[in-house]
Amino acid sequence: MDKLEKLEAQSIFILREAYRSFKRCCMLWSIGKDSTVLLWLAKKAFYGHVPFDLLHIDTSLKIPEMITYRDQVAKALKLRLVVGQNQKALSEQQTYPNGKTRIECCKALKSEALNHTLDGTWPRRVYDYRADRWESYDHAEPYQAAIVGVRSDEEGSRSKERVFSARDERSEWDAGSQPPELWNLYKTEFAPKTHVRVHPLLDWTELTIWEYIEKEKIPVIPIYFDQGKGIRYRSLGCYPCTSPVESSAQTPKDIIEELVSGKFKNIAERSGRAQDQEGGGTLEQLRKEGYM
Amino acid sequence: MSEQLLERMNIVIAGHVDHGKSTLVGRLLADTHSLPSGKIEKIRQSCAENGRVFEYSMLLDALEDEQKQGITIDSARVFFKSEKREYVLIDAPGHIEFLRNMLSGASRAAAAVLVIDALSGVAENSRRHGLLLSLLGIEQVIVLVNKLDRFDYDESVFRQIKNEYEAYLATLNVKPYAIVPVSAREGKNLTRRAEEMSWYQGKTVLELLDSFQNSVADHEAFFSMHLQDIYRFSNDNDDRRIYAGTVTSGTIRIGDPVRFLPSNKEAHIKSIESWNAPTKSQSSTDEATGLTLVEDIYVKSGEVMVKSDEPSPIIVTQRIEANIIWLGQQPLTFDRPYLLKLGSAKARVWLEKIERKLGEDSGAEDYYGLNRNECGCVILKFQDPMALTAFKDNPTLGRFVIVDGYNAAGGGIVLQGLTHPTEGERPDADFEDALFLLLRKHFPHRFPDLGNKNQDYTI
Repeated sequence: MDKLEKLEAQSIFILREAYRSFKRCCMLWSIGKDSTVLLWLAKKAFYGHVPFDLLHIDTSLKIPEMITYRDQVAKALKLRLVVGQNQKALSEQQTYPNGKTRIECCKALKSEALNHTLDGTWPRRVYDYRADRWESYDHAEPYQAAIVGVRSDEEGSRSKERVFSARDERSEWDAGSQPPELWNLYKTEFAPKTHVRVHPLLDWTELTIWEYIEKEKIPVIPIYFDQGKGIRYRSLGCYPCTSPVESSAQTPKDIIEELVSGKFKNIAERSGRAQDQEGGGTLEQLRKEGYM
Repeated sequence: MSEQLLERMNIVIAGHVDHGKSTLVGRLLADTHSLPSGKIEKIRQSCAENGRVFEYSMLLDALEDEQKQGITIDSARVFFKSEKREYVLIDAPGHIEFLRNMLSGASRAAAAVLVIDALSGVAENSRRHGLLLSLLGIEQVIVLVNKLDRFDYDESVFRQIKNEYEAYLATLNVKPYAIVPVSAREGKNLTRRAEEMSWYQGKTVLELLDSFQNSVADHEAFFSMHLQDIYRFSNDNDDRRIYAGTVTSGTIRIGDPVRFLPSNKEAHIKSIESWNAPTKSQSSTDEATGLTLVEDIYVKSGEVMVKSDEPSPIIVTQRIEANIIWLGQQPLTFDRPYLLKLGSAKARVWLEKIERKLGEDSGAEDYYGLNRNECGCVILKFQDPMALTAFKDNPTLGRFVIVDGYNAAGGGIVLQGLTHPTEGERPDADFEDALFLLLRKHFPHRFPDLGNKNQDYTI
């Protein structure tokens, strides 16, 4: 088996462990390349089916193409798409474009929205692919586990994650006292009310993600590629805090070339994400509070 | 082979606290140009602003807590590339408090680098980590004697530590591939031979890493697969019943006769399923696969599938001899059951006997249990029969973890499955004894060799 086949097999194994261990499990889908690879791996693991809800946290500040693309894919792939949002923070304008700091904005629109959508206390909008329409639910059963496509090469605190990683009742992550995780024998037994994050992509890198997209011909959102203006997005997020990079890459192959020997060989992937730049340990603090 | 399909290898960096593991990894990253541009400068600047001295270990210890305390809490994964392949370096914490993290890191590794500080010599965790590597079944080990710059690269300092540690590893049946004199901070003997240590004729650390080998999957070995789950998705009129799992060894093909253990049910392979891939006729080691069967049989997840016309070392047993490391808050004791996970199976398990504690010189024979961070050779007893094998015959079906309540509390490897119960541990012993006495009382002529010696036995 080559490197990509090994990564694929391991991620499928983890997805299957998550599926057999939790009755109510969802998969976070940010529309980005990593969680789109995750969705693809789920199709492989379950032979064309996706037996989880796909959860998207909509900050309402996403790059607009992302939302259009999200709805198209949900329809085409027959997904049960669930959308959560911090409506209170949005209506009270507690956001970065309205004067809050980037970190306060991330915390409100992402972490809080995620935690309350997961535990079922805030409304969920659900897309029903059979009827091709949206419905709203004010309360719902909490998800016991969320599958998240974070990778350990993204930044320091993510490199320390476990594959099955517990959050306490306040959704907090105690990075300093994590349980042992030996071989492939993941501990999937958790006390009631524990919320679990499952991380099938920890061992992947930005490069292997693109190599796999190229190998499998996975459709990804076109804003990852240069559309003729000499710019493209390398990492996706909200438009006020995410800048495109200068690049003429038009295909996954071009991107692989850029990463291996070209202009991005030594430049961090999240360098276009402004919230990471505000002082040491910022993303780690956000992650302790439930950020993905 | 094109550059992007370089092989990948996991290496764990182990050793006692403050012996320089993070410095070694940070320096390796810097010297192989594996860092994003600006990373070193950023940390140097932050050090200057906060009045601290720059250390290479700061590249890794990215968590805030760690920077405050100057120790590695978890096993950070770091990626770097040599000419030969891509490495995932797992920087394992040397502090005894974080042994569980060291083990988590080491269990993913194909090889290990053990770092010993020449200033303090062979320390408690140098020994303990050596023991744990042997317990995890990691055979490719190199030892670095670090901080030799503090002794002006004196060969005799190196020799003394080398001899002492080699002798210790020999007691564990571990033979290191090499023992290398280095200075991690100064980058000596890491990627280039150091002039200061011309007395050392061996390979550099990087050359040694490149000489390690990933285990090669043996597709010709006996076939086995632990059954992870059984799927029946009824959406879109899908009526397939798919037996899903990861192949642990060998190769399975359409038409092969198979047997599930421990239930002993038999069937034949009808198809090998796939999605967005060409139709498959076989599956081999390490593939996450899915099979359908010709016969409609009821088996449970956790069973092990083997070929019914092929010999295999997999046995069904209720007792095993195993080496284990205990990490639980509460000690491992004889008086209550635990949950054991092996392959895809889960079983209730009891500690039956501690044969000896490992890595300790204590002559005590009377053990009450295993405390946190202790290792032992033990006998475990399952409530129901399990299909498994010795670790040496198949790593995946020969290792396990133990869960205590909701806590992952230990792990270990199977030395052997035991077929006969130990003394006093026969199931149904009372019933058998009573039956024996009844038979002897009423049919004494069937027990001629006993004569009348036991005639006063009563029931």
